[in-house]
Amino acid sequence: MTDTRSADELASSAPDTSNNRDIILQIDKVTKHFDSAYACDDISLSIHRGEFFSLLGASGCGKTTLLRILAGFETPTSGRVLIDGVDVTNVPPYQRPVNMMFQSFALFPHMSVIDNIAFGLKQEAISKAERNDRVREMMSLVQIEKLAGRKPHQLSGGQRQRVALARALAKHPKLLLLDEPLGALDKKLREQTQFELINLQQRLGITFIMVTHDQEEAMTMSSRIALMHEGRVEQVDTPRRIYEFPATRYAAGFIGLVNLFQGVVVSHENDQVLIECEELPGQLLVHHSQPLAVGMDVSVALRPEKIRVLPGNDNQPNRVNAVIKDIAYLGDVSIYHAEVASGKRIKFTLPNVQALAEQPLTWEQEVTLGWQGDSCGVLTL
Amino acid sequence: MITIRQLPQLLRKESRSLIIAVPWLWLALFFILPFLYILKISLAEPQLAQPPYTDLIQTDGEGLVTVLLNFANYMLIWEDSLYLDAFVGSLKVAGVSTILCLLVGYPMAYGIARAPVHMRLPLLMLIILPFWTSFLIRVYAWMGILKSNGLLNNMLMWLGVIDEPLDILYTPIAIYIGVVYSYLPFLILPLYATLVKLDNTLLEAAADLGCRPFKQFLTITLPQSVPGILAGGMLVFIPVMGEFVIPDLLGGPDSLMIGKLLWTEFFNNKDWPLASSLAAVLLVALIIPFMLMRHFERKSEEGQA
Repeated sequence: MTDTRSADELASSAPDTSNNRDIILQIDKVTKHFDSAYACDDISLSIHRGEFFSLLGASGCGKTTLLRILAGFETPTSGRVLIDGVDVTNVPPYQRPVNMMFQSFALFPHMSVIDNIAFGLKQEAISKAERNDRVREMMSLVQIEKLAGRKPHQLSGGQRQRVALARALAKHPKLLLLDEPLGALDKKLREQTQFELINLQQRLGITFIMVTHDQEEAMTMSSRIALMHEGRVEQVDTPRRIYEFPATRYAAGFIGLVNLFQGVVVSHENDQVLIECEELPGQLLVHHSQPLAVGMDVSVALRPEKIRVLPGNDNQPNRVNAVIKDIAYLGDVSIYHAEVASGKRIKFTLPNVQALAEQPLTWEQEVTLGWQGDSCGVLTL
Repeated sequence: MITIRQLPQLLRKESRSLIIAVPWLWLALFFILPFLYILKISLAEPQLAQPPYTDLIQTDGEGLVTVLLNFANYMLIWEDSLYLDAFVGSLKVAGVSTILCLLVGYPMAYGIARAPVHMRLPLLMLIILPFWTSFLIRVYAWMGILKSNGLLNNMLMWLGVIDEPLDILYTPIAIYIGVVYSYLPFLILPLYATLVKLDNTLLEAAADLGCRPFKQFLTITLPQSVPGILAGGMLVFIPVMGEFVIPDLLGGPDSLMIGKLLWTEFFNNKDWPLASSLAAVLLVALIIPFMLMRHFERKSEEGQA
């Protein structure tokens, strides 16, 4: 059996336009502490040219501090930041080939849209004609030509976001840093803007580094995600791999719904692991290629959509009887909570294929649930 | 008919106009009424009597009522170069002092606004502290400092910087020192209030776009603090225009300012109508810049909303 975890087999949701050998940003063992609290704890990342890279995490995980270190607003306590091979750790923000789109947009209230966009170019020694060309180009890029003379307070949230984006892109930075770029927009506008940002990034080929707490946003837009937790990087991977093969319990729990079963490794042969779980009857069969010691404490992570409701007699290796206790109707899918004999609840989802058909499952119904050995993962961390 | 249910709403409406009525009444009683009285005196003629001016309305006992309006004072103010010179003198002192206050006060306000949060209140207290001593005493103290054998001259001679005492007291320089010293807090406080509100991410955004710190100040901080500059500037400019004590105590006899002139006309020459005319003209001259400030303030408020 082939290893399902080989990277080339799994395309990411946003096409990866990066050239993997060409590293534009190297974060080398960066640590930052404020007083005694660690905001970033020994973070090392390599980001490729042309990538759309996301720093994902709950608030307080250090993602914003890391972004501010990249912009030059904070100096790391230790470690280095290299852009295109040049150490910029102690270079002030105004000399870095990096621009940032702020969460609050930080448009200059006393300047018109056109002056806001031209501001960065005015700091450079370029001719007025060229500057005007660049500003016009940026305004047409984000479709705000008609707003040129307006002041920021005369703009809607979506328009401000576009101005902020145009202003940050006007200098053609090597890296564009986006701090929760869609946080100030309402849901509908956010979804539309997500795709606009992806298209823009691919057209310009500029490396985007985005900070977000929204896992869906990170999944939709990024070529790779670094999941951060308490100042550390939990996992760096493509959205698909981070979802399907979370490296840690935290990563599994943070992105999407997951069932976690505690267990002990009973045997490990030919990539087939048998795990004994207290909460489930029998032993779980999981495909896993990394070596695992017999007797090791592990967790098995199982996504709700990987679970099938089995007919009476089925040869599935992983099967368990359960009683439906809760049903949450979400429109496209329903989430079912089923209780096994030990009292452990298993979440599973089924698509609602027909509009008015009777619900296939109902409360207190006994079901047999099953899943493939390669549909779940073993977590040791 | 007013039902019980409508009563709270009605009371609320009434109480709102009632609350607004209090400051209006205050203004009417202590500003508009006295000003009309001054206006009335300014149109009278001086006379040696009690009060020292004529009545505007005179009855001759035969039912004939004459209203005598005397515009001669306003004509005099316009024609006699003394008054115009005094206005220009006051304008110059007020204008230069406001600029000096800005030059001294802006860095102070900026420094306090940028200081750590726990340091701001103590620093502001230091700015306000001199107010706990009488204004007059503080100006007198400057006489002691600036006079030829005063503190400043003695120190400079002791240090060997100068050989003979400098003539500072009773010169325009002494007026400027006194005015800047006395009015500086009025500029610092509103300016501080504006600067402390300044959004720091705007400066970060400017730095991010390649703007060096000094240029950040010029292109972001300074334009954003215009409302504070205007408010503080006016709080210095307007009272200095009518200032009497400082030029009288620190300035020389040749220092010509409208406040001093007003005092002379009132108390030395006993020409109440002329003094009142001067006061009226001064008020009108001050209302114009005040309205200009309101205009700019509203414009910049729009720019920040």
